[in-house]
Amino acid sequence: MKRQKKEGLIRSFFFIIAFMSIAVLLLILFFLVKAGVPIFEKVSVGEFVFGTYWYPTASPPDFGILPLILASVFVTLCSAVLAVPLGVMTAIYLAEIASPRLKEIAKPAVELLASLPSVVIGFFGMVVVAPFLQETFDLATGLNLFNASLMLAFMSVPTICTISEDAISSVPRELKEASLALGANRIESIFRVIVPASISGISTGVILGMARAIGETMVVLMVAGGAAMIPGSLFDPVRPMPASIAAEMAEAPFQSAHYHALFAIGMILFVFNLLFNSIADYISHKHRQVGAATL
Amino acid sequence: MQRDSELVFNKSTLGRNLKEHVFFSMFRAAAVINGLALLIILFFLIKNGWSAISWEFLTKPPVDSMTKGGILPCIVGTVYLSIGAVAIAMPLGIGCAIYLNEYARQGLIVRLIRFAINNLAGVPSVVFGLFGLAFFVTWMNLGVSIVSGALTLGFLTLPVVIGTSEEALRSVPDTYREASLGLGATKWQTISRVVLPAAFPSMITGGILSLSRAAGETAAIMFTAAVFFNRQLPDSIMDPVMALPYHIYVLATAGTRIEETRHLQYGTALVLIALVLGMNLIAIVYRARLRRRV
Repeated sequence: MKRQKKEGLIRSFFFIIAFMSIAVLLLILFFLVKAGVPIFEKVSVGEFVFGTYWYPTASPPDFGILPLILASVFVTLCSAVLAVPLGVMTAIYLAEIASPRLKEIAKPAVELLASLPSVVIGFFGMVVVAPFLQETFDLATGLNLFNASLMLAFMSVPTICTISEDAISSVPRELKEASLALGANRIESIFRVIVPASISGISTGVILGMARAIGETMVVLMVAGGAAMIPGSLFDPVRPMPASIAAEMAEAPFQSAHYHALFAIGMILFVFNLLFNSIADYISHKHRQVGAATL
Repeated sequence: MQRDSELVFNKSTLGRNLKEHVFFSMFRAAAVINGLALLIILFFLIKNGWSAISWEFLTKPPVDSMTKGGILPCIVGTVYLSIGAVAIAMPLGIGCAIYLNEYARQGLIVRLIRFAINNLAGVPSVVFGLFGLAFFVTWMNLGVSIVSGALTLGFLTLPVVIGTSEEALRSVPDTYREASLGLGATKWQTISRVVLPAAFPSMITGGILSLSRAAGETAAIMFTAAVFFNRQLPDSIMDPVMALPYHIYVLATAGTRIEETRHLQYGTALVLIALVLGMNLIAIVYRARLRRRV
């Protein structure tokens, strides 16, 4: 009896620890809302989200974050254009084509790419890529939307690649063998059988990779150029949401309207992340990979 | 007739083989681009940073408004912050993994917990920074300090620890558990004396990975722990510190004489990279050896 009680207590103890992850997430949301919502006493939600002028330190200040939102969206989409094909193709190569020996070198390389600190990638974009772009394309500044997208792409490739590779590797062998036995060659098997069978995992990888790109801070802070304007071209400097928060928090007086506005931007980033994860969660549950039956 | 169809067959086989060849080359090229990107970044850092590295650089504080001298306070700060973060994330993460893998039955609560962990893994680091600022620094009144930074980083790396710990627990064969339970051990005795010792080596890998993640993190410590310049090494965990990633950012964007301190920036980046990639390599090699043993 005593023993059972003890076991129950231990079980509850671990449950509480596991529940902490939910609690932490709620705590983050709570503190963002608590410090972010007061801005809506100054400007309406519509003015905040759709306002096109972000001059938080002017008098009177303007708190329109549409340029920041659009900058984040553009940077993320442009990086996805590069990162999705690159990540998925690398995943297919690692899972289906590479010899085991090559794989043993290539996989850690992707993992190491993932572990590069963002500040180092930002620094690289700033001192190596920016001057190169400026000279090659004869631009006013190499710190722009394109450069930021390029750097972000290399940050989201590992995410896309690792998750996709897991999904592709877990496609049952019989499927591939059946396809080959029917006379399809390897590339046809890959496109008609293996990729369709693992598409939910690949989509999850793509979504999470884009989520990483939209929330990435140091790269866009150092490389995107920092102009809070709606970009007109690929080579315009921009100021995505995370960059605004990181650059301005130090100068925003505590509990000022500016301070609240930056937390409100944090809320939006939080919601974006929640959205991306909900979609990924939905896809991976709705279309769970359960062997041959999924085809 | 016969010949025609043979011709068609040959042609299409040729086309198919060509197609296969082209696509395989494309996939290979994609993989090579990734490796190249890594090598190019490393090449530039080593080429330009190597000359800055010296014994003095590693053991002296910066002088002359950070245009000369070393980076010792940054190294010390980064070590304190990341060890603090892991000290917080490891027990919580392993506990969470034990619940998910050993106790939990599939259900709504478990799905919610997993959803929360996935979300936590995706929360942008700058948002963690905001949270740390509002919660630890302001509300708990810990100020801009090592504690605030370590707590923020601890929560940030929690998903990494949970993920790797769960994998470690999953790799312990069920026969171990059954044997222990069959001998009359309770669930907790089984976990603490059989499962955990078997899984512990792989859990260490997770610890190393989160250590390196915390060491390279910038945005989360900007408002919670890091300062521009601090001549003294920290005396207590309530002191703010300098940190390698933040130091790179400051020197590269806001320092006095940005161009002239370029070699210091490269040097600092090289030290950070060596630290982070070194830990990752250790984790990768260690994990490969563990797998081979099982």
